[in-house]
Amino acid sequence: MLKNRIIPCLDVRDGRVVKGVQFQNLRDAGDPVELAVAYEAQGADELVLLDVSATAEGRRAQCETIRRVRRELGIALTVGGGIRTVDDVRWLLEAGADKVSINTAAVDEPERIALMAEQFGVQCTVLAIDAQLNEAKTGWTVLTHAGTITANLDVLQWAVEAVGLGAGEVLLTSWDRDGTQSGYDLELLRSVRSAVNVPIIASGGASNADDLQQAFEAGADAVLAASIFHDRHFTVNDLKAQLASANVEVRT
Amino acid sequence: MNKSLPKVTIVRTGSANMASMMAGFIRVGADVNLTDDPEVVFDADALVLPGVGSFGATIKRLYAAELVEPLRQRILEDRVTLAVCLGMQLLCAESEESAGLPGLGVVDVRVERFDAGLRIPHLGWNDVISDPAVSLVEPGCAYFANSYRLADPPAGWTVATTDYGVPFISAMQRGRVLACQFHPELSGTWGSDLLKRWLDSSCRPEEVGSC
Repeated sequence: MLKNRIIPCLDVRDGRVVKGVQFQNLRDAGDPVELAVAYEAQGADELVLLDVSATAEGRRAQCETIRRVRRELGIALTVGGGIRTVDDVRWLLEAGADKVSINTAAVDEPERIALMAEQFGVQCTVLAIDAQLNEAKTGWTVLTHAGTITANLDVLQWAVEAVGLGAGEVLLTSWDRDGTQSGYDLELLRSVRSAVNVPIIASGGASNADDLQQAFEAGADAVLAASIFHDRHFTVNDLKAQLASANVEVRT
Repeated sequence: MNKSLPKVTIVRTGSANMASMMAGFIRVGADVNLTDDPEVVFDADALVLPGVGSFGATIKRLYAAELVEPLRQRILEDRVTLAVCLGMQLLCAESEESAGLPGLGVVDVRVERFDAGLRIPHLGWNDVISDPAVSLVEPGCAYFANSYRLADPPAGWTVATTDYGVPFISAMQRGRVLACQFHPELSGTWGSDLLKRWLDSSCRPEEVGSC
């Protein structure tokens, strides 16, 4: 049976893992290679590495970080953040990513999703959606540029369009919950789940095994978390043990 | 005794996951090189046919590089070969993904898409139910990323299966040729152990442990 996945996320800035809420007040959380290896040993099913560099040099350093992580890592690696073109995707794959997530570049030019899927396969074409509850609180709006710009785009419509173009997985981040440790946005998850039938990675708000379980029950195939692992509240296997005892299918 | 590293040759299919495949073999102590030279593809001691992406685009590249015949020949001659993910599907006669384009045809089956009711792609870790007859594949949990699959065991091959709504062929072995639908290079220590076993199978018996 296909397992529910747990994916630690490394936000990397200028070659170091950082932590912070909505990319504000970033603090150092360690070396990406050391953390990647530690999380694989803890039972992580995959890793996500997001580039949150503020500078062009920082972004250029990202390929070297990916090469270093790839050499040591024996599980799948998704890379995202700051990707502008299909050529950027190619460089990241050549450096050692298995999947690449795009957000702003896809919103700016949705055809990029189709190009990526055609050239590299749907299984490596991940659509990242940063979702924020709209002002009328009737749905969710897509945010781009690391949450700084509100696109005039409904999350559900966008998810359907992007999957139609070839996105093979959706990395769905609740911008309202990100960094709050108040649980995943289950309403958002259920809505996107009923709109598309590709795997969904839930992101934003994890604090404990109950949150993960609820996300899986709301339709997530995978859950992403950062601070609960960086702050050593739990190891991945701690959470898996709790989930397994609640009859959630995980790889143990 | 020759203590040099065992050599692995990976076919340059133009596929997107070369870095992971190379890293997987380097981690188990192999000396890795890439090739798209037909002679090298035929002669390599241990050859990997990797692949992610589309069946049609990849088989066209293999034809254009004149690699189809050498690949077919080495598999028919039971030379040590590992085909991974799309690589496994390329061994087949054809695929629903790219109708009208023949594959290598060493396995006389058609690759089909998972049933429409399932979440596609089949992405993530799933159980591999193996059999001692598939000597290179231990039972365990492997990482998959596929939308198409072989539904039935091909004649003459021993198989491991995985369940996704219905059982499908997750690995098949015939002599010294192994094909995996999953990605051993992304399947943690279970996958590394598999790569190591396959690599050991490339050594002649008198060399085991020394090559």
